Amino acid sequence: MKINLKVWRQKNGNAAGKLVDYKLDNISPDMSFLEMFDVLNDELMHKGEEPVAFDHDCREGICGMCSMYINGRAHGPQTGATTCQLHMRSFADGDTIIVEPWRARAFPVIKDLMVDRSAFDRVVQSGGYVSVNTGSARDANETLIPRTIADEAMDAAQCIGCGACVAACKNASAMLFVAAKVSHLAVLPQGQAEASIRAERMVAQMDAEGFGACSFTGACSVECPKSISLDHIARLNREYLGAKITSEAV
Amino acid sequence: MSWVTQTLASSLGRKVIMSLTGLFLCTFLIVHVAGNLQLFKADGGRAFNEYSYFMTHNPVIMTVSYLLYTSIVVHALMALILTRHNQASRPVKYAYQRPEANSPWSSRNMGILGTVLLIFIVIHMRTFWYTMHFGPIPMAEYDGKEYKDLYKIVLEAFSNWWYVLFYVIAMGALGYHMVHGFKSGFQTLGLRHKKYTPLIEFLGVYVFSMLIPALFAAMPVYFFLKHVGVIG
Repeated sequence: MKINLKVWRQKNGNAAGKLVDYKLDNISPDMSFLEMFDVLNDELMHKGEEPVAFDHDCREGICGMCSMYINGRAHGPQTGATTCQLHMRSFADGDTIIVEPWRARAFPVIKDLMVDRSAFDRVVQSGGYVSVNTGSARDANETLIPRTIADEAMDAAQCIGCGACVAACKNASAMLFVAAKVSHLAVLPQGQAEASIRAERMVAQMDAEGFGACSFTGACSVECPKSISLDHIARLNREYLGAKITSEAV
Repeated sequence: MSWVTQTLASSLGRKVIMSLTGLFLCTFLIVHVAGNLQLFKADGGRAFNEYSYFMTHNPVIMTVSYLLYTSIVVHALMALILTRHNQASRPVKYAYQRPEANSPWSSRNMGILGTVLLIFIVIHMRTFWYTMHFGPIPMAEYDGKEYKDLYKIVLEAFSNWWYVLFYVIAMGALGYHMVHGFKSGFQTLGLRHKKYTPLIEFLGVYVFSMLIPALFAAMPVYFFLKHVGVIG
């Protein structure tokens, strides 16, 4: 396959960036999108040019590191998949593909296609945990949880923190991420005790990081590699408003 | 009370203000369309003028009307604050975007639709509300009692083709605003459940975005067609 790429190149967070054209001739349709970038970087290095910086780790859709905004969509044209799970067969021979980094005030560009997603870490640090020791994996099996509840928690816990929700949202809102983190603990007995304070703290941190508000467009859920439902955002709203009315923090 | 201001200043709190004012305005739409259906009564405007008198003199209605004006202002101002905040959340825009692949047009353009509606409300209130309260307005007499003849003002306003067209366009904007706004108001409050969300979505689409705007739009169209003599 022949592929024309327009890739965002930016030396660092302070430098101005721009889209740069690259042409690739020998791309196999069986390559993953990231392997195509490996080929590009190999060519660039042989020419003595700076390779394109991009995030990646597991390359099997579970780590949440890959983060490209491809042809106007987070993680490209597929739904329910990360960039590493996208293959070149999803494109046609001779296609032009525009690749940009996630765009959000809370996700500043580090270099090229890499962005700093530590805002998510700080949101989780603010309350996305259970503060007492709930034991080891074996102890978890001692607390029996009905299947439907466990499934609900797991649906939310699937969030890999990739930031596609923020990237896809017109407001760069992190509501789906925060909702997933609040939800998966709120429905389980170990997490319920701190559900109120968790919702309050995580929303406060989300706002402090500079994410936008939720317009309920649903773009986040469509672009989420784990297809996390908007039901969780409704639960976050419930948890937060309930917490504000009932919590001890005056 | 710091927790109250803190809650209302948070992104979720601001959306709650949007939701509560918006849903209150939705209930107003029902009253407004139901009352104005009396315009279609073939009695030379008597029912409508008596209704107008009631609406401008009943103390309960008058109190609620101030709540209504406040809601419109708060809804618009909060929308402005949220829009600015949301735009600031993405200082560098994407070079290429395909939002149509993941979200409906109306959900992404509530601000534009709302702006059309705000302009409409200002013009609408200038034509009818202002004239009703501050005149000049002709009078009509029923059973020896004088009434302000708002019906005549309606007839005059809707004899203008561009004024009628503006109303129809504004009601189109209302429909699109409602198709996203009504259900979103409940989502913001966390009211989302398989028991009642289908009903909310049904009401949002068929009643608030189709039936009510269509009935409103039918009023100027009806009087214009009467004016040009297409209907009697």
